[in-house]
Amino acid sequence: MAKTVLTVDDSASMRQLIKMTLGGAGFAVVEASDGAEGLEKARAAPVDLIVTDLNMPRMDGISLIRELRKLSSYRGVPILLLTTESDDERKKEARGAGATGWITKPFGQDQLLGVVKKVLGA
Amino acid sequence: MSSPDPRDVFRNEAQELLEQLEQALLDLENAPDDGELISSAFRALHTLKGSGAMFGFEAAAHFAHGLENAFDLVRKGKAPISGALIGVTLAAKDHLRILIERPDEALQEESDRILADLSKAIGSTGSQKGGRATETAGTAESETAEANPATTYRIQIRFPANIMDNGTNPLLLLDELKGLGSCTVSPLTTRIPPIDAIDPNSCYVDWDVLLTTDKPRSAIEDVFIFVLDEMELHIEEVAIENKRLGEILVERGDAPAAAVLTALSRQERLGEILVKEGATSEDRVASALAEQRHIQTSAAKAQQKAPQASIRVPAERLDNLMDRVGELVIAQARLREIATTSQDVALRVVAEEIERLAAELRENTMSIRMLPIGSLFGRFRRLVRDLSQELGKDVQLLTSGEETELDKTMIERLNDPMVHLIRNSIDHGLERPEGRAQAGKPREGRVELSADHSGAQVIIRIRDDGRGLNREKIRARAEEMGFLTPGVAVSDNELYQVIFQPGFSTSREVTSVSGRGVGMDVVKRTIEALRGSIEIASTEGAGTDITLKLPLTLAIIDGLLVRVGQNRYVIPLSMVEECVELSTEQDLRSKSRSFLNIRGELVPFLRLREMFKVTDEISPYPKVVIVSADDRRIGLVVDQIIGDHQTVIKSLTKLHSGIETFSGATILGDGSVALILDIDHLIEFGRVQEERLKAS
Repeated sequence: MAKTVLTVDDSASMRQLIKMTLGGAGFAVVEASDGAEGLEKARAAPVDLIVTDLNMPRMDGISLIRELRKLSSYRGVPILLLTTESDDERKKEARGAGATGWITKPFGQDQLLGVVKKVLGA
Repeated sequence: MSSPDPRDVFRNEAQELLEQLEQALLDLENAPDDGELISSAFRALHTLKGSGAMFGFEAAAHFAHGLENAFDLVRKGKAPISGALIGVTLAAKDHLRILIERPDEALQEESDRILADLSKAIGSTGSQKGGRATETAGTAESETAEANPATTYRIQIRFPANIMDNGTNPLLLLDELKGLGSCTVSPLTTRIPPIDAIDPNSCYVDWDVLLTTDKPRSAIEDVFIFVLDEMELHIEEVAIENKRLGEILVERGDAPAAAVLTALSRQERLGEILVKEGATSEDRVASALAEQRHIQTSAAKAQQKAPQASIRVPAERLDNLMDRVGELVIAQARLREIATTSQDVALRVVAEEIERLAAELRENTMSIRMLPIGSLFGRFRRLVRDLSQELGKDVQLLTSGEETELDKTMIERLNDPMVHLIRNSIDHGLERPEGRAQAGKPREGRVELSADHSGAQVIIRIRDDGRGLNREKIRARAEEMGFLTPGVAVSDNELYQVIFQPGFSTSREVTSVSGRGVGMDVVKRTIEALRGSIEIASTEGAGTDITLKLPLTLAIIDGLLVRVGQNRYVIPLSMVEECVELSTEQDLRSKSRSFLNIRGELVPFLRLREMFKVTDEISPYPKVVIVSADDRRIGLVVDQIIGDHQTVIKSLTKLHSGIETFSGATILGDGSVALILDIDHLIEFGRVQEERLKAS
């Protein structure tokens, strides 16, 4: 069974890129355009990995991670945060909230696949 | 399969983000302290920067970075929102659009100039230069692992017990280490508590790893990059030489040197003695022995990672999907036709199931295409702002019903006609501030956009409180141009329809905005091509009200299938109120047109048999379908009501498109064609006939 990845980003092009990259690597990709929608989708059907943006309307990435970690079914599910250099100081905060790791923008497809493999296994 | 290039997706998205930014800026002008608006502007810039760099729009990303810095200061309350700041940022937004549209042009100077203006506006002395540094950081990161000579590392891994709580799987990290070279992993299990004290979510195992790799030490640290701050990680280079167990244990700090020396002197198996004496533990000895073996057999080879593939998704897929769903609906209707005449229960069950699924699929596909009209309204705010400045008029734009959803294609095609109508309202409709003051109106003119659902239609209104249409002027001009015969009385509605004639304009001077008489005919044609209609109402001195009525979607509707004579017709279900039987008594009372008493209300009805000149045998039990549009109701007398029918609308050929009674056609399950009745037209037809009857 293909593993499912939920990509949460208010940027359609980022979602598209992630979908292309991970879809091409055999993952099923579910999209959400902000944290609130992401939470809703994660609740509705279990996913194996969540890749979320940091700055989003309605609910930002860190709040989303906090909410997800409150759910018993998402206690151990890897969550990756998309950040930029300027968000450096927020990585710690994200880690404290329960993020498994982060990917710094801009990143290439190989980097994304590498990090996903790191937290999800081959 | 071709796919939308992410660069194109980004370009489209950038336009949306720029609109979002512009809206936030325009709103901030009125509400400078609104934190959500500032965040919205910041987010738009942040995404433009982040995604821009990823998709190769470096100049744009760099410029957005400068803007983002400025807005970060605003967001943190270190700089206030001012008119000047908004002005510069709006200009910056336009510049950013150019940078994205023409990424290859050298516009650095202009970028720097705007950023300098921005610094001035924000009152910060440190200009927002730099930012290029971030790009070099990116390249440094991907430093290629040069063919280093293989080195053996001793890696001691100590995770905190709660490591798995945030999704880290220690075993995957070990797997990743294994991928770096030849690897020996020894678990240390002494921390594992008795089984009843084990929390399955905690990690009690430590690991010692011996890794021989040609990768640099940083590659090992990278494996643990996310958890580095929380764990203990010791990485040491080990010389490849034959070492004794005692040496290894001491070097690793797993056993005191003195104990090792004493034990050695006994000439027994060193590990066993040390464990027995409590100088170390069994697993530590095992680990040290493993290290010994690893070093002895060390011959490392690096492995490379798996190749990557990608899937591309075409943008036209949505349209194709819609077409296929349309075909499916037709095929499903055929299936239903076969099933209803079949005795096979299994077939009928499947046919019903497929009918339900087809309906759901249709709904879903349709909903994918629906967008709130707010995205369209939003685009007009800049237009209104720019026009009001250009024309020296104070204009306030009010919008309501932004959440009303409409087919995506429809929204796109509505843009041009609406721009035209809004321009007209501001240029021709609204008076100058002095003129307004004289007329006793507020100096600031108003243009209102609203959208609302009404059955299967969306009603969009564009209202202004300007001077309204001048009947005499239009009349005179229409006669001059030969559109109306002098002296013949016409209703307001008929008179205003003249405006839609090609080339019609009452404006003597042509401004850059309007007055060329080009456009209103195009507006009308565009709206009609969308199966919509346009109406004008106006009160002189008080304003003009333009109403656009549009169907929710272009492709499929729910219809009520009826029979008149041998032919079948479709009535849009959304317009049907109810179906009643026509009693013989009522039938006899009138020949051509009469009224039906529906719960105390008189509803006129039309006999479709007569309209369509059907001469077949009359049905003994005619039915009346009550339909309504715009608060007007009418009954349509038909021979038989067959049932509901999902209708894929096929447009009529050019030759037949002039027939107003029908809005299109559809293909039925048995392959025959049914015409779709244009209810608006029939109601209008009924009204005209009624007036004629009254007059005679």
